[in-house]
Amino acid sequence: MENKKQTFKQIRSKYFPLIKSLQTGLLLITGLAGYMSARCPVMNMTTLLALGGSLLLSVSGSTALNMWYDRDIDAKMPRTSNRPLSTGETKPREALIFGLLLSIIGVGWALAIDPLYGIVVFAGLFFDVVVYTIWLKRRTAWSIIWGGISGGMPILAGRALGIGYIDWVGVALAMAVLFWIPTHILTFSLRYQEDYKAANIPTFPSVYNNQITRIIIAISSVLTALAMGFAAVGVGMTWGFLRLIVVLSIGLLALAIQSLTLPSERITFGLFKYASLYMLSSMLLLFAAGFLI
Amino acid sequence: MKKISVLDRILLLATGLLAAYQVAAGIDGMEPLTIWFYTISFGTLLVAGLLLIILGFEGLESQAVIIVSALIPLSLSLGLVSEHLVGYTIPYLIFCGVGFIAIAITRFSVTSKIATIILAVVHGIAGLIIFLLPISLSIQGAMPAGFALVGLGGAVIGLGGLLLAFLKAGKPILSQKTILSLLPGLLFLMTAAFVYGFSFR
Repeated sequence: MENKKQTFKQIRSKYFPLIKSLQTGLLLITGLAGYMSARCPVMNMTTLLALGGSLLLSVSGSTALNMWYDRDIDAKMPRTSNRPLSTGETKPREALIFGLLLSIIGVGWALAIDPLYGIVVFAGLFFDVVVYTIWLKRRTAWSIIWGGISGGMPILAGRALGIGYIDWVGVALAMAVLFWIPTHILTFSLRYQEDYKAANIPTFPSVYNNQITRIIIAISSVLTALAMGFAAVGVGMTWGFLRLIVVLSIGLLALAIQSLTLPSERITFGLFKYASLYMLSSMLLLFAAGFLI
Repeated sequence: MKKISVLDRILLLATGLLAAYQVAAGIDGMEPLTIWFYTISFGTLLVAGLLLIILGFEGLESQAVIIVSALIPLSLSLGLVSEHLVGYTIPYLIFCGVGFIAIAITRFSVTSKIATIILAVVHGIAGLIIFLLPISLSIQGAMPAGFALVGLGGAVIGLGGLLLAFLKAGKPILSQKTILSLLPGLLFLMTAAFVYGFSFR
């Protein structure tokens, strides 16, 4: 019994950090919210669970592959140097097999549920691992656009599964996530710019400067709020929920403007946290709208 | 500056959730203008609660806090006036607009004494309306007795507003630590009283 516990602990500490649970969790929530946004007539628990399972595996797989490929730069950055691949606790081969297994099972399951849904899930994985991580991340600061596109795929996939095709609401939801990702990542790269410099990763603060980065964050926040607003109207949210989206969006814009006019580390990181909370709240509202409309 | 505790965060989160409920579901069926006044008020409470959780009490150091927090009593009292004293809506809207601009300008341009007087007058009038109008409507029978709870919330917002205003003006009534210890509880009590009071409409 004690041995089993020990083995489970070892497996957990070797593999669990490879899937970046918070980030994966948030992407999973966007996928479920995208499905729920299609509303009750198509909503059923079996499909919802299958969607959750296939997305969890696909996103976890792509994150593990991402970690496997980036293990050399993770080791150079203080923030990531204690990850299991950097410390040697997990062998690169183990991480690669783990990532490939999760990805193949996740995408295969997604294709079996629905071909269109499976293709969108695969596109997300392809953009994240091949285009963003392997091809562009070490070459250009603009790689985050492709990271953003990949981040928008789970919500688009969920919506496509719910309604059977890709509509403008699904695209608007994906755009909201796409525009939110620069707000999220750039505030992070402002805070940890020395880390990225040490690993020789081009970021907006290093390639351009902090002020231009803050301007882009502010523009991204405006575009996120607009895309989310359009999508919320398209989903058919009640006035009450729309008012709440407007209120939360104003909070995001106010923080982005303050970060631009009175920059400080506290405000920048506050914006990073608020942006995550904003996305989570918007997704919960989509969930609630799915139940209540 | 006092560090924000887990209990503070829980109280602020509860405040934010109550305010979010009020924006989403608690103010339907009113005139559009009234709905927007209440939305500004509860929306400011929601965002303020979230920002305090994220930034901690250090977030209160900004001068913008005084200006933005004035929106809560001003828009709430405007909502009450536009709902129950319809004839006074336009004059009171002008008073609130002028008062808000005066608070914003005097924060940055005149002596702290004048800024504090203007803040106290504008907050005081808005606070009195929030405190007295619901109680008076309940006593007259125009609204159910439970609506008087909104007045109780008004008393709490008045107390909290005064404590914060004098603290920010550099003349604290209580020590900064005591005020910051009380603030999350006061915000929660106030919001709970508002939300419960409005449910009797």
